[in-house]
Amino acid sequence: MKLFRFRGGVHPAEQKTTRQLPIRPLPLPERLYLPLQMHIGAPALPVVAVGERVLKGQLLARAPSAVSAPVHAPTSGIIEAIDEFTAPHPSGLPVRSIVLHCDGEDRWCENVIPIDPFRLEPSEIARRVGEAGIVGMGGAAFPAAVKLQLGDKNKIHTLIINGGECEPYLTCDDRLMQERPEAVIDGVRLMLRALQCHRALIAVEANKPEAQQVLKQAARDHAEISIVEVPSRYPMGSEKQMIQTVTGLEVPAGKLAADIGVMVHNVATSYAVNQALRHGRPLISRIVTVSGGALREPANLEVPLGTLAEALISHCGGFKEPPVRQLLGGPMMGTALPHLKVPIVKGSNGVLALSAAETGLTPYSQPCIRCGRCAQACPIGLLPMELAARARHGKLDAAIDLGLFDCIACGSCSYTCPAAIPLTQYFNFAKGELSRQREEQQKAERTRALAQARQIRLEREAEEKRLAAAQRKAEREAKKRAEAAAQQEHA
Amino acid sequence: MNNAGPLASPHTHQPISIGGIMLQVWLALLPASLFGIWLYGWPAFNLLLITTVAALAAEALGQRVAGRPVLPSLKDGSALLTGWLLAMTLPPWAPWWVAVIGALFAIIIGKQVFGGLGQNLFNPAMLGRVALLIAFPLELTTWVAPQPLFSANAPGFIDSLRITFAGVGTLPGGIDAVSGATVLDGIKTELARGAELGVVLPDYYHAGDALLGQMGGSLGETSALLILLGGLYLILRGHISWHIPAAMLGTVALLATLFHLHDPLRFADAGVHLLSGGLMLAAFFIATDPVGSPASRRGQLIFAAGIGALIYIIRTWGGFPEGVAFAVLLMNAATPLIDHYLRPRVYGRGRDGKPLDYQRGRFARRLKKQQGGE
Repeated sequence: MKLFRFRGGVHPAEQKTTRQLPIRPLPLPERLYLPLQMHIGAPALPVVAVGERVLKGQLLARAPSAVSAPVHAPTSGIIEAIDEFTAPHPSGLPVRSIVLHCDGEDRWCENVIPIDPFRLEPSEIARRVGEAGIVGMGGAAFPAAVKLQLGDKNKIHTLIINGGECEPYLTCDDRLMQERPEAVIDGVRLMLRALQCHRALIAVEANKPEAQQVLKQAARDHAEISIVEVPSRYPMGSEKQMIQTVTGLEVPAGKLAADIGVMVHNVATSYAVNQALRHGRPLISRIVTVSGGALREPANLEVPLGTLAEALISHCGGFKEPPVRQLLGGPMMGTALPHLKVPIVKGSNGVLALSAAETGLTPYSQPCIRCGRCAQACPIGLLPMELAARARHGKLDAAIDLGLFDCIACGSCSYTCPAAIPLTQYFNFAKGELSRQREEQQKAERTRALAQARQIRLEREAEEKRLAAAQRKAEREAKKRAEAAAQQEHA
Repeated sequence: MNNAGPLASPHTHQPISIGGIMLQVWLALLPASLFGIWLYGWPAFNLLLITTVAALAAEALGQRVAGRPVLPSLKDGSALLTGWLLAMTLPPWAPWWVAVIGALFAIIIGKQVFGGLGQNLFNPAMLGRVALLIAFPLELTTWVAPQPLFSANAPGFIDSLRITFAGVGTLPGGIDAVSGATVLDGIKTELARGAELGVVLPDYYHAGDALLGQMGGSLGETSALLILLGGLYLILRGHISWHIPAAMLGTVALLATLFHLHDPLRFADAGVHLLSGGLMLAAFFIATDPVGSPASRRGQLIFAAGIGALIYIIRTWGGFPEGVAFAVLLMNAATPLIDHYLRPRVYGRGRDGKPLDYQRGRFARRLKKQQGGE
């Protein structure tokens, strides 16, 4: 198959030392901390009360709107609290979470044994995917059902299954493809059915030959599914770059992939779809790579959602040296953790503890020498050094003109900058600043609109009062005149 | 928890730094530099040392006056490299004050007043060299014939100090040593006298000597071969890309060949041009300075072709026998313009910056193919 090349990109050291380590289940922890928002969209609303006994797979919180995802119990136990708890976010700010005290019995609730899902209507498949709380498991955590329903509006000609896993260290998708290829392929077929699409391309980076091999074997009877080897280059796993590599198409600025008839889902999402539709199991666990040079025994673990990162670390023998960075996700786009009492959520593909030697970060940056390495590395075609200069001086409009919102925050520019300028951080700052300004402007506009409405109302009321007064006066005078006339008549 | 640097992603960094790049460039310059010292003796060593130390001192002074950190800026190696490169483009027996004035001008006027590293529009070494050439034309065109270290005629270390600090005229018979002329000087003078190139060229130019560098010229510019080796090393290590050297050398070679074919009696062939003067050094080490050159590959090709064309024009029709420094500075000035017009196309947008519309063109064809399931 003909592949296309995306521009730029970098080759960070792969560090995939866990690629030969089979997936092992993590023993149930004592408590699980389930944030009500493990996805993009509205937070889920709890449907259980504190003190209630719940079973594995039971619905704990429902999705209040279309773009949201429900939360299910990863095991059986008692709801201990519904309260604020540290979110997997660098701020360490709390989000509302359900705390589940596990009873250790791990007892499933009554499973609805589904009928053959291929006899379901496409829209029913999408609905069940949504009901199972499945979100994009490559890290973006966008509700999968919302995307699958796009098949109604747009004709999807190609479903791309993202097995790129281009982030260093991470091997959870690789292991999943190697160990459960049939389930992955089945999930792909179900998604094809939901989208009424007839072609799926499973794109796997060249550094995962075993995964390609077993997937090919598992897909041999399904002509509509092909396995595509793509070059190992970061950010291959980014949706835009993957679409470009496999189809030669580019998602137009400001549009969705579905607008050009393409849809991308992660391999782990496809596995979750299989579990939900074939076995009635909602998304309650995921595979996580635990790795990094500061860790004693790296591993691939199947982890109940809501498990704290510290449980994974201690299961892996703890640290052999104090880590310089503790991350959720990969080193290129992952989130630095303020501490380890942070739960694994649906989009968490890795917990990393990096040593100083691995990060190679310097404490201060130097002046830009305009070497252009950032521009060569940018997969979008931006000029990061120019963009950063604008962002730094607060010229945000100029930064937008230079493509601030085309930036995918992949970090390639920062990674390769010899002056160690935190380019990506400047862009994130500028984006945050702009959204704050927009919010403020909206707020100001709302205030102004309200003030204007009040003014109009007051004027209207005054006018009404005036009219009423005038009318009353006229009535009074008419009455007086009538009385006067009557008196005259009398007289 | 010990947090080095900001906590934003990415959390890993390529093992690369400005100091590291400068060190590699310096290493790549070493063979040609050592050859120059060997070829022209101790005075050349003095010149290299004085220019470099003066450049470092100027950098420290400039940073201090501007209230910027001094030590990190000295450690990044950029000032050292500027001084070193300037020395390599100077006549090897130039006196100490030429070196000092050149280095001060290059660093203070060429770099510090613009705001230090990365802010300068012009290549500081070339700016220093041009300032010297205009202010002190005699000292800048006084060449020596090769007299390798430890050979019979070579000045000893003590004599070299007299040459550097008191002037070559203070040595008995010193003037005789400095009678050499460069190939380009010779061609220009002879052509001006109306001589035919084919007749006089063998007096000045031997391809083998020019390749190895066995001739009169600037301290580090004569050995095309060693400069080429250093340049290829930088390309192989990924510190410079091939675009600038290839476009620059290619343009000069092309123009020289065309004019030579047109009239061999008046125009020297490509070999003479490629192996003479400062072209080779500039192509690999000076025009490739990222600060004054365009960021995009296409921009670099235009930039370097412009330098090549200007060099050929100045050498052939200009008042100076050599035009490398002028050509580099002129194209430095054009760099912001080139960068402005040659931005890469942004993903998902057309060349005009508008979102792709898929109505026609290659994307429309690709979309049709994909819809057909190919």
